[in-house]
Amino acid sequence: MAERNDTAGRAGSPGTGTEPADGREPAGEPRVPTVIADDVHVVYRVWGAGPKGNAAAALRRMVRRERRPKVTEVHAVRGVSFIAYRGEAIGLIGSNGSGKSTLLRTIAGLLPPERGRVYTNGQPSLLGVNAALMNDLTGERNVVLGGLAMGMTREQIKGRYPQIVEFSGINDKGDFINMPMRTYSSGMSARLRFSIAAAKDHDVLMIDEALATGDKKFQRRSEARIRELREQAGTVFLVSHNNRSIRQTCDRVLWLESGELVMDGPTDLVLKAYEEETGR
Amino acid sequence: MAEEDESFKVSETTHQRTTAGSPGPAPDRDLSAAELAARHGLTVSGARPSLPDYLRQLWGRRHFILAFSQAKLTAQYSQAKLGQLWQVFTPLLNAFVYFLIFGLLLGGRGNMEMPEYIPFLVIGVFVFTFTQSSVLAGVKSISGNIGLVRALHFPRASLPVAFSLQQLQQLLYSMIVIAAVLVGFGHYPTWSWLLIVPALALQFLFNAGLALIFARWGSATPDLAQLMPFVLRTWMYASGVMFPLHYMVIERANGPEWLANLLMSNPASVYMEVMRQSLISGPAHQSLPGWFWLLAVGWALVIGVGGFVYFWKAEERYGRG
Repeated sequence: MAERNDTAGRAGSPGTGTEPADGREPAGEPRVPTVIADDVHVVYRVWGAGPKGNAAAALRRMVRRERRPKVTEVHAVRGVSFIAYRGEAIGLIGSNGSGKSTLLRTIAGLLPPERGRVYTNGQPSLLGVNAALMNDLTGERNVVLGGLAMGMTREQIKGRYPQIVEFSGINDKGDFINMPMRTYSSGMSARLRFSIAAAKDHDVLMIDEALATGDKKFQRRSEARIRELREQAGTVFLVSHNNRSIRQTCDRVLWLESGELVMDGPTDLVLKAYEEETGR
Repeated sequence: MAEEDESFKVSETTHQRTTAGSPGPAPDRDLSAAELAARHGLTVSGARPSLPDYLRQLWGRRHFILAFSQAKLTAQYSQAKLGQLWQVFTPLLNAFVYFLIFGLLLGGRGNMEMPEYIPFLVIGVFVFTFTQSSVLAGVKSISGNIGLVRALHFPRASLPVAFSLQQLQQLLYSMIVIAAVLVGFGHYPTWSWLLIVPALALQFLFNAGLALIFARWGSATPDLAQLMPFVLRTWMYASGVMFPLHYMVIERANGPEWLANLLMSNPASVYMEVMRQSLISGPAHQSLPGWFWLLAVGWALVIGVGGFVYFWKAEERYGRG
């Protein structure tokens, strides 16, 4: 991208490459931005993360009139800026805990930034409904509940219900859709969760890694469905540790490390630098 | 839209051109992020909607709220052998324990005979439990569902409202017990029984408002979940759930009249009294001053509307946890 990211004056941050390489977009055709991140910082506050968390230690602090150990702040995303355009598929890479998922949540407006702003066209949505589902309910009720939680209407859910069940393959081995989800094997519930999540179309779609769960057959099916969703969505973000799937899906990659944007550019260039850095 | 962003100073985002041979400079290039967003009609992600918009969104999610509350209700006893029968057994056992202690051991009945006291007690316990569990669920409604808040978009008020609605449905089960107890002790249905409909509606509004307030507090201070049971138990004893307040304060404790009136005007006592007067026929339940209904409406409006606005003010921050 021609919009080079400014890493807030941290010259010499590791791996600052010579990105970005530009010239991919068709010249002359105005590009429409769908997501603008402007110097986004995200901070988590964690209580009770002090070294000694037991009651005796707390009491001793009170007696000695010491202040409670300060709330631990985790600065998960530090000053990330970029502009995403319609039709782009953007991969997010980086080691564990580099802030990829946090950044996605902030773009989606689910986690408020500490500083900076995110502007979006329409409502970006995260692919995933796990948190809305309840293990004590039957698969059928979870399909309805998950659909409603994602903002679908009852009619839409009724219309898609057969597809969702069929796609999940839950009923391949008996009438499991009418059993509580806690009776499912982990693979089965992962399949149902994905099928519910993938039932809705999105403007700006964000996919967190580890979605392609289940057996080989289901993995192939879910990859195909993600491709379908990608084609319908205006812009796609994909978080993954699998460089192969990033290469297949994305034309642009953001590389995050310790919450900072290390590199932003075409997939091949960034992945090459990333692989050199990580020694893969 | 972006108009509200004028106060926001865009940090120095460099717009360097680093690569030779990139296409000619688009006019977009020289704009700040905010200006670029405004030009293309982009809006701030996760910004708080206006109050009317928020109400509209909440109404749009009514099916989700209802389905969520019913799911929670079903999931509650789904592993028990007796299953949903516990919806009725739990409050019944509760009332029985209070009857043993206050009705038989401590003599908190006042001037009431048993056939009048037992419905008095059962209604008191159930009606107070309705408010109590709405508050307890409300405190944890955001902090206990942070995964949901961080994964999906919906007006966050859906959660405390859904938990209050779950408690309302729980109370409707309890009403079956109440009806059986009433008829069992010779209080037969009259037209005044219909008054429980507005009474429940007003109490629900009050409870939902309270749950919204505590949801916001609980999301900022999770410790409240530990503290609230004690606060609520104090509130229960101060509201005359298992004894007539007036009798207890004035005749047993020699307290002043104004104190009795003050305690009786607290919302928990108001909703219990309104319900008791509508359902029980007996010497201690002859007439209720009209201002009790006014108080019931007043508390519902003040806490219901106030709680909603108070919750909405922090809408964009609940994901932070």
